[in-house]
Amino acid sequence: MFRYIIRRVLISIPLLIAASFLCFGLTTFMGDPLGEWKLQRPRPPAEVAAAEHRAGTDKPFLERYKDWAVNFVQGDWGTNVGPGHGTADVKDKVLKASWVSARLVIGAELIALLIGVAIGVIGAVRQYSMFDYTATGFAFVMFSMPLFCLALMIKTLGIEFNNFLQDNGFGRWIRTAGPPNGGFNGSITDQIYQYTGAFILPTICLVMIQFAVYSRFQRASMLDVLNADYVRTAQAKGLSEARVIFRHAFRNALIPIATVFALNFGATISGAIITETVFGWQGMGQLLVQAVNDKEPYMVLGFLMITGVFIIFANLIADVMYAVLDPRIRLD
Amino acid sequence: MTEFLSATAVGPGGAPAGGQDISGFDATEARKQWQVVIRRFMRHRLAVFGMGMFVFLLFVAFVGGAFWKHSYKTTEFPRYSSPSADHPFGTDLLGADMVAQVIRGLRFSLQIAITVALVSTFIGVVLGAIAGYKRGWVDAVISRFIDLVLVIPGLVIVVVMARSSFSNVAGQSGSNWLIVAMYLSFVFWLSIARVVRGMVLSLREKEFVEAARAMGGSTMRIVFRHILPNTVDVIIVNATLSVALAVLSEAAISFIGLGVRSPDTSLGLLINQNRNELNLHPWLFFIPFAFIVMVSLAVNFMGDGLRDALDPRQRRVRA
Repeated sequence: MFRYIIRRVLISIPLLIAASFLCFGLTTFMGDPLGEWKLQRPRPPAEVAAAEHRAGTDKPFLERYKDWAVNFVQGDWGTNVGPGHGTADVKDKVLKASWVSARLVIGAELIALLIGVAIGVIGAVRQYSMFDYTATGFAFVMFSMPLFCLALMIKTLGIEFNNFLQDNGFGRWIRTAGPPNGGFNGSITDQIYQYTGAFILPTICLVMIQFAVYSRFQRASMLDVLNADYVRTAQAKGLSEARVIFRHAFRNALIPIATVFALNFGATISGAIITETVFGWQGMGQLLVQAVNDKEPYMVLGFLMITGVFIIFANLIADVMYAVLDPRIRLD
Repeated sequence: MTEFLSATAVGPGGAPAGGQDISGFDATEARKQWQVVIRRFMRHRLAVFGMGMFVFLLFVAFVGGAFWKHSYKTTEFPRYSSPSADHPFGTDLLGADMVAQVIRGLRFSLQIAITVALVSTFIGVVLGAIAGYKRGWVDAVISRFIDLVLVIPGLVIVVVMARSSFSNVAGQSGSNWLIVAMYLSFVFWLSIARVVRGMVLSLREKEFVEAARAMGGSTMRIVFRHILPNTVDVIIVNATLSVALAVLSEAAISFIGLGVRSPDTSLGLLINQNRNELNLHPWLFFIPFAFIVMVSLAVNFMGDGLRDALDPRQRRVRA
């Protein structure tokens, strides 16, 4: 097991290096970061040369990649290069933004997983019941639902709810513009109040989209298990229904969902980008959109590298978890 | 399964009795396979409903504009008028008729989604089949490339490419919907190629492929006449479902402002333009939204019905 993990980590390293090359290619494909600046008005050649030197575009592609990679490994992820975009440090900004996003995403994913598993199990145990049909129908609608529309509607409902609270003599609890800049402060109840107010709407959005995926997978895997021979054996032995479902079926039905959870990470990042755009969070989504609009290559690279590392790591966890949960799977 | 058996064993005229012309019965075998599929699809009520809705939406998108009384270019109506007999979907900020706008947005959305489905399926099938059949270093190169691109979420890749100089060049000539479709196709072919590769890998070891090879069939003939027809069901289902996914993805990137741009439009862009109207002029938001959901639901229903009809043994849930 330990040897397998070590080997998987070692395999991930060349993958990450190749991915970094691909990402660098992608950011080059974005175009000249100085293009717009040059077009605004004629610039003196010396100024252009200085700006190009700062952006690194005076060097050939491979040399630029080498410079960036060496600096990246040493912890210098570069800065914004476009004139007028400031000199924000990429590492600082990306890490800060990913922390903002992670707080939102991790909570939402866990809630979605819990709800999804519960609904999937009930749907499988009571197959073709009213509950099953309702859950299936709802999941179908959620699959077809554009996340940003859902987010916009939930945001509007949140504002309405705030108005309702205010009319009845309470404060405007729900925030629709991200967590407060100065962080949460005041007494512990104040902090909880602010925290839930800031997190509740985006969390609901992400949960509603993601739980549909989990509930469908959980229902399918639970149905598979419930039809297995050993479950019939357990029932034939005269075990109580609850014991059969929870001790024999449920635990085995969790195996596929564990990997789905880890492999779903990419979809989660995409979801977070859109949710953050709607709710104005200063997270990874906003960072990416801003950097793409500014054509800031190193900022985009920082984003891509963080994302790539997280996804490779999630895939690794998926593989390991699969092996841990199902001893029949041999790793070597 | 029962209707499958009865439909193949008993033709329209019943089973051939002894002495009848057997060859005529055999000649209809191939067609009957498809009849079975169509019959099974037709019995799936939700799928037929989905297909009807999709055909209707296609009709509205591509032909409806010619029949509607107002042009999308006219902006002389009162601004922000609520839905009425003359403007069933109301008018927008500029005083343009929303029915015309939505028809045009729907046309671009469907155009992009269908292009994405066709292009990505074509690339995915060709590269997946080559990788699976050739194996060796060809397979290694294609598969590793797919693994590599999948490290970054598809939406992120499309967003990063969205402002490239390539799209700017196209932007000067006006329309950029085709560029958006190409970017989306670049992300979408990966999963289709993976699926096809896996199927080809197992099919190439089957006896009928060995027989074809023993009879001297060329590689092209074996792949296109013997192997790929056996993957057609999965390919069709995948292509159908990717239309729904493409509509949603296109809407999402257009909503962030990195997808389709004026003078082109799309349902996602319409929503982006009206995102702040949700309170005061809700129809400007809800009507394009309803159309996105309708397209996506119709295609999903249709895809599920197709999957059941083409391969009744498969009991997989959609991810």
